Amino acid sequence: MNLLGAAIDATINWHSVMFYVTSLIACGFALVVLLTNNIVRMAFALIVSLSAISGLLFLAGAYFVGTMQLMIYVGGTVVLLIFGVMLTAQKAFITMRTSAGDWLLGLLVGGTFLAVLVQLAFSIPQWESSSYQAKSDQELTAYVAELEQEIQSGKTLSQDQRQKLVQLEVEATQGEPQRTGEIGLALVGLRPDKDPQQSEGLSGYLLPFEIVSVHLLVVLVGAAYLARARRQQG
Amino acid sequence: MQFLYEPIGLSHFLAVGAFLFVVGIICMATKRNALGILMGIELVLNGAILNFVGFASPYFREDNLGLDGHLIALFVIVLAAAEAAVALAIALNFYNNHATIDVDKAQELKG
Repeated sequence: MNLLGAAIDATINWHSVMFYVTSLIACGFALVVLLTNNIVRMAFALIVSLSAISGLLFLAGAYFVGTMQLMIYVGGTVVLLIFGVMLTAQKAFITMRTSAGDWLLGLLVGGTFLAVLVQLAFSIPQWESSSYQAKSDQELTAYVAELEQEIQSGKTLSQDQRQKLVQLEVEATQGEPQRTGEIGLALVGLRPDKDPQQSEGLSGYLLPFEIVSVHLLVVLVGAAYLARARRQQG
Repeated sequence: MQFLYEPIGLSHFLAVGAFLFVVGIICMATKRNALGILMGIELVLNGAILNFVGFASPYFREDNLGLDGHLIALFVIVLAAAEAAVALAIALNFYNNHATIDVDKAQELKG
């Protein structure tokens, strides 16, 4: 009995395990992108790395951003890059070697930068661990205890109480709800997640959304103009 | 194996983001192929997205960025797509005119 209790107490945190696996894939294939000289291999490693990063976004609860990462980055941008690779993949350009001096300088600067950044990331104690699961579990058990007391004293559960129980259960087992609808509303200038009394002035993202849209259009026209086939002179 | 039993925090996320960022920077600095440099830029932007989403995640912090972080990450993704399209067009144009994509050979504007 005691052993079973200990086994349940020290369960593996699968969220952490998934995080370590996906981040290992993402970092490993990013390293492959850096270290290989073959441009075709680089493109392939980039696809795997970006897919793993979208997995990391899912693990952080950003479902919509993760999906967009898969669709736009992996499905669009990288395909574009691969087309570029295929169009320029002459023998001399598939493998281009870097001089040792460049490597030395790059690794020196990059290594220093990495050391500083990682130390910075771990320098704040509140960031090192998450209390989300423990807190939501605690809230759930506290509310269940409260409801049980009410039932024992002869009351019946109201609709609101049932709803709150379901919501707490979802929060404890599945995490934060999806925000797709909220993101869509924020892009047209509404913020349903904020108290309208609290937020002053413009809180939505209508203007940046418009700017990005026009920017994308201009960029596509520009890209088509730049990449068009040259008309023969004379 | 104690770390498998503990929940991860924001620091781990930021560390992964920092690693991708630095790998992208080194990639940009050392590759001679113009497309390799583009891939480095993609890695840098992904590190940034990861940081934004990490700060926006309710799993890690009580007072998170929330929706703002997600939206900024989305804008970064869209701008990265646009940037890749234009940079690729320029690289292809350069390749058509000079029959090379070695950035060390791109010296026409050099004084």
